[in-house]
Amino acid sequence: MFKKILIANRGEIAVRIIRACREIGIATVAVYSDVDRAALHVRKSDEAYAIGPAAASESYLRMDKILDIAKRSGAEAIHPGYGFLSENAKFAQACADAGLKFIGPTPRSMEMMGSKTRARQQMEKAGVPFVPGTSRGLASSEEGEQVAERIGYPVMLKAAAGGGGKGMRLVHTRQELRSALESAQSEAQRSFGDGEVYIEKAIINPRHIEMQVLADEHGNTVWLGERECSIQRRHQKVLEESPSPMVDNDMRRRMGEVAVKVAQAAHYTNAGTIEFLVDQQRNFYFLEMNTRLQVEHPVTELITGLDLVHLQIRIAAGEKLLFTQSDVQLRGHAIECRIYAEDPDNNYFPSPGKITLLLQPSGPGIRRDGGIYEGWTVPMDYDPLLAKLIGYGSDRQQAIMRLERALAEYFVGGIKTNISLFLRILGDADFRAGKLDTGYLDRLLGKANPAISTFSRKSDVAMTKIETPGAQLLEKIAAIATGMFTVLDPAAPAKNGNAGATSLAPCRWKQKGRAEALR
Amino acid sequence: MVYEVIVAGKPHRLELEKADRGWVCRLDGQPVAIDAVIPRPDVLSLLVDGHSYEIKREKTASDLHIWVGSDCFTAELRDPRSLRSRQKSGGDETGPRKILAPMPGRVVRLLVREKSEVEAGQGIVVVEAMKMQNEIKSPKKGVVQKISAIPGAAVNPGDVLAIVE
Repeated sequence: MFKKILIANRGEIAVRIIRACREIGIATVAVYSDVDRAALHVRKSDEAYAIGPAAASESYLRMDKILDIAKRSGAEAIHPGYGFLSENAKFAQACADAGLKFIGPTPRSMEMMGSKTRARQQMEKAGVPFVPGTSRGLASSEEGEQVAERIGYPVMLKAAAGGGGKGMRLVHTRQELRSALESAQSEAQRSFGDGEVYIEKAIINPRHIEMQVLADEHGNTVWLGERECSIQRRHQKVLEESPSPMVDNDMRRRMGEVAVKVAQAAHYTNAGTIEFLVDQQRNFYFLEMNTRLQVEHPVTELITGLDLVHLQIRIAAGEKLLFTQSDVQLRGHAIECRIYAEDPDNNYFPSPGKITLLLQPSGPGIRRDGGIYEGWTVPMDYDPLLAKLIGYGSDRQQAIMRLERALAEYFVGGIKTNISLFLRILGDADFRAGKLDTGYLDRLLGKANPAISTFSRKSDVAMTKIETPGAQLLEKIAAIATGMFTVLDPAAPAKNGNAGATSLAPCRWKQKGRAEALR
Repeated sequence: MVYEVIVAGKPHRLELEKADRGWVCRLDGQPVAIDAVIPRPDVLSLLVDGHSYEIKREKTASDLHIWVGSDCFTAELRDPRSLRSRQKSGGDETGPRKILAPMPGRVVRLLVREKSEVEAGQGIVVVEAMKMQNEIKSPKKGVVQKISAIPGAAVNPGDVLAIVE
């Protein structure tokens, strides 16, 4: 086993990996940019070294600096987390060249899965179902028109190197195809430095369901159940759950077997995720493979009872998987909420800044993976993910109830967060019924917010709305609270217990003085 | 002590007197049985007729927010005897409107020039924060009097980006 690991990441995932290392008894090395000196991952690590300015391109993406610190600190392995360098085959190769173990797949597997067209060619050979279309870039718009004619409109044009919706166009008719192809190619060229664009049949309102796999370096590959990831905004996942409400045992087994086939075709090792698009007839198609640990890995951990980061480290250290597919039992239901620093009242604008108050939930069935603390200033330079709140229950209903309870306990003051969005989703009838697809969240946000139409949450909300007695009572409570905050000197908070004469005695003179001055 | 408390735009008269045990409270002339402690800064445990509420206080650059459970109210406390409080009231919906940076970030580009006419909701400046580019929009129809945002410069919440009249 390794004695020391460098974590080439920041935020909640760096803290998550540091915790796993500590549990196994491995020393940790953190790296940080100038704005992250006070970040939680630096505080929690055994060693920490500066790697440059705030911009990720000058710090967390600098392979040379990270490798240099790994060598100087005596780390034997590097865990890349997710994002940053985690899916960079060059970095994995550079680690190997420097005699460091990269905790993840080999550079060859990463390269094969990094290009969507190359991955499709491999999967075609392995007999994996994928969305009908081409497995090579389109040479001309005539070729595109021919293929589209064969598979039927609507079709989707996609950049081979793409991601995040860039270089992607939905085409409904033959007339639109030529200009859509040209703009997709130029956007792909600008965004990824690669103008290759291929075509596939568009699946309208698909579900996005992914399968977790784990492979050791001795040829053993297992699948660990699916994650339902259809709740997205701007191609960014917001809430994930496992199991998916639409997947039954038979479909799960078939998806799992295909996922293992995909991983084996890529000679894949370590933790990976196979993404599928699922149509309304419950046909599933291979979409792509994510060659890293996913943000949403905790839901799989809760329903399998496995620790994926422990297993990643053990696999990288050359250990064999100590269980087989038939040992994997899924139990209960887990749902993850991604708590982002963004403003729900202002079109989900990012909201970095200082956290002035932090009240965090705990209790049965609640797991919190966070990278924040009260008094910390959330920098503006990185992804807005603050923490993940995961609810576990013996069934979906209980997981939802526990999360609703925990979200009501959760308070982040000083910055805006999307906590209120999750209360809306969890209370929504379609969500409760499991009627989800990738258009779900945009539809929900398009509806009037029921909470705002009954309560006037803010002074700038029109006052003509019907007010329930509940809202009036809450307003009165708020009025009394405003006064009580002022009279109970917040600079000298009262001790727990009765706010009677005893706890306030020390301030009496001050209050008397203040009262006199006001006369 | 007598306060005027404005919650969600509505004024309330709040009387609070220290008694031997706890406080005597009257809201809009009605007596209310309360007890309150501050277990930690910006958190108030308030008992009203035996019902327990956990209240959170949040101060932003411009507002005071009082959270009752998951409901947020903008609140303002005025002491009727204070001249400063009395002068603070009054709106400024007409006339020039400042466009303020809603979050810390970096100005990426300007979408309009000074003196150009803009519609309500039209983008004025693009500010980047947390890997996202955000269009800051005009709150009203009018003419851009001044643009103080400079592309490439860092901004803090509350900084004036432009003025529309």
